[in-house]
Amino acid sequence: MDRTMQLGGNPAPAEVRGFSASAGFTGLRRALTLCWMSIAGFGRALGVTTAISLIGPGLGLVPRAMERVRALAARQRGLAESWSGVRIPGPPGPLPTAPEGASGAIARYRWIMSDPQTRREFTWILTDPIAGGFLAFMPIAFVLSGFWGIFLAFFGIPLSTEWDGLWYQFIPIDGQATAVLAGVLGVLQLPLALWMAPRAVRKHALYTRSMLAPSEQELMASRIEHLTTTRSTAVDTQMAEIRRIERDLHDGAQARLVAMGMTLDAAEHLLETNPEAVRALLIEARESSSKALEEIRNLVRGIHPPVLADRGLADAVRALAMVCPVPTEVVVDLPGRPEMPVESAAYFAISEILTNVAKHSHADRAWIDIRYDHGMLRITVTDSGRGGADAARGSGLRGIERRLSTFDGVLAVSSPVNGPTMVTMELPCALSSPKTTSS
Amino acid sequence: MRIVLAEDHFLLRDGLIRLLQAYGHEVVAAVDNGADLLKALTEQQPDVAVVDVRLPPSFTDEGLRAVITARRSMPGLPVLLLSQYVEPLYARELLASGGRGVGYMLKDRVTNGSQFLDSIRRVADGGTAMDPEVISQLLVRKERDENIGALSEREREVLEWVAQGRSNAGIAQGLFITEKAVAKHISNIFTKLNLLPTDGDNRRVLAVLAYLDQ
Repeated sequence: MDRTMQLGGNPAPAEVRGFSASAGFTGLRRALTLCWMSIAGFGRALGVTTAISLIGPGLGLVPRAMERVRALAARQRGLAESWSGVRIPGPPGPLPTAPEGASGAIARYRWIMSDPQTRREFTWILTDPIAGGFLAFMPIAFVLSGFWGIFLAFFGIPLSTEWDGLWYQFIPIDGQATAVLAGVLGVLQLPLALWMAPRAVRKHALYTRSMLAPSEQELMASRIEHLTTTRSTAVDTQMAEIRRIERDLHDGAQARLVAMGMTLDAAEHLLETNPEAVRALLIEARESSSKALEEIRNLVRGIHPPVLADRGLADAVRALAMVCPVPTEVVVDLPGRPEMPVESAAYFAISEILTNVAKHSHADRAWIDIRYDHGMLRITVTDSGRGGADAARGSGLRGIERRLSTFDGVLAVSSPVNGPTMVTMELPCALSSPKTTSS
Repeated sequence: MRIVLAEDHFLLRDGLIRLLQAYGHEVVAAVDNGADLLKALTEQQPDVAVVDVRLPPSFTDEGLRAVITARRSMPGLPVLLLSQYVEPLYARELLASGGRGVGYMLKDRVTNGSQFLDSIRRVADGGTAMDPEVISQLLVRKERDENIGALSEREREVLEWVAQGRSNAGIAQGLFITEKAVAKHISNIFTKLNLLPTDGDNRRVLAVLAYLDQ
């Protein structure tokens, strides 16, 4: 989910223009679905009101009923977006928790009112069956009326005599002429219904948005909460990282250099008396320096791999794939380089996932796909392993998720038992123009 | 030998010049950036170039790129790359620029002067000198492979030496075993890796590397 998209208002979705029969029929079908959903909404409204007014203590049923309302709202949101391009931001948070020991209808009502989004959904479910249903039913009403008019053109006169006079809209059907007029009017209403249907669906979506969309302020508040959490996570991660580096240097390279100094000191003292021992000590000192260098090298790889700095994400991931025990294919489609922090986060995420693949998946092949479109870096790592990674959802995956969230990135894992496992990551970022090489 | 040296770090450049001169070589040019390196290589046509991968102005893989460009116009120009770290990806690119006369070593290796000079000589003679770390990184990749998995500890060790470009005698000396034992190990390795044994040391290296890096 791109959180930045939720703020700063929604661009108005395109108007429905012109007339097309196919769009009309699609619209009618959709309007019919919306009608059914309004009826379902009516059922849920009844559920909520019953739950509120039930005699007896406790909130119990109300949150459950509101949960169902929220699910219906989610479906409406989905339809509004896919049918009319109307983006309705989702609820900024979960349902509020029910207070302990609250009882009675008033307490239940108060619970609903305690959260703006829940309050909004409550109003929506009470009004949607009427207002939303009306909007959705309009084009269908015209269709029904149209067919009724055509029917009357043929059978209107006998029906009129039987019923002692019959009106079709504003026409009293009392003879051949008026019956035909009813038919003509009916026929005219059918294209009108087709014209209206897509517009009604769009209006319905806009209406749903006006009822359900959280206010700018609430979105801002939830955004601030998100930023606060991710910031503190980022700071914690960084601090832990710095501590690890400090410890590694202290226990590794630093200790080796001290040892080296001591060895050289001993060598200096033995220089006159025991040249043979000095030789051994010097060799030892050289080995210590090699070890120290090796440790520093490994440390640097963990901080910012040189190949990532040199070549960027594509080659760095290729280099990862080259040394991955599982044969891995890499496909990259990047027109430029992401910002360094994003690049680094993506690299370490991939590195960690590959390590998981090698350790746990029993896969014999893996594929990495990296591409960029619409301001989004998308990375997919798939393996042919035995799957089941989601259930285990180890701390590794959650760690990656946490680190990506600093960049508003998200991670999704699909890993059915018997595989394949697919990890998808999305990171919003900008690309710099491709680096020109000076060779 | 006439040597062109590219290293941006003053202390290391100085140390390398002194080391090379101590072993009786001539440093015909010592440069500290990619552009100068390319110029020096073209003008001096050295017997071998010793080049740091990371050079100014970009401080990325400037040295590697300069060397690959130079070898395009001077095929077979012997080059030994030095780096603070080794990256199998760069090894592959270097080998792809024509397999003869290339080396890729960790900078640490210069602390062992005679071995380092040995590598330079091998590269200058058109051989190969790959850092054991390149090989061991690639071996990780092949660990799950049945063939490599079947190599014994000793055979893996010998393989790393072979990939560095050592002769049987050199390996025997390094591992404190007889040449005959080395030959036996190598023929076992080649059988297990489905490689056809060939005569030249260099071809052995290339065959091993090619196999490891598929």
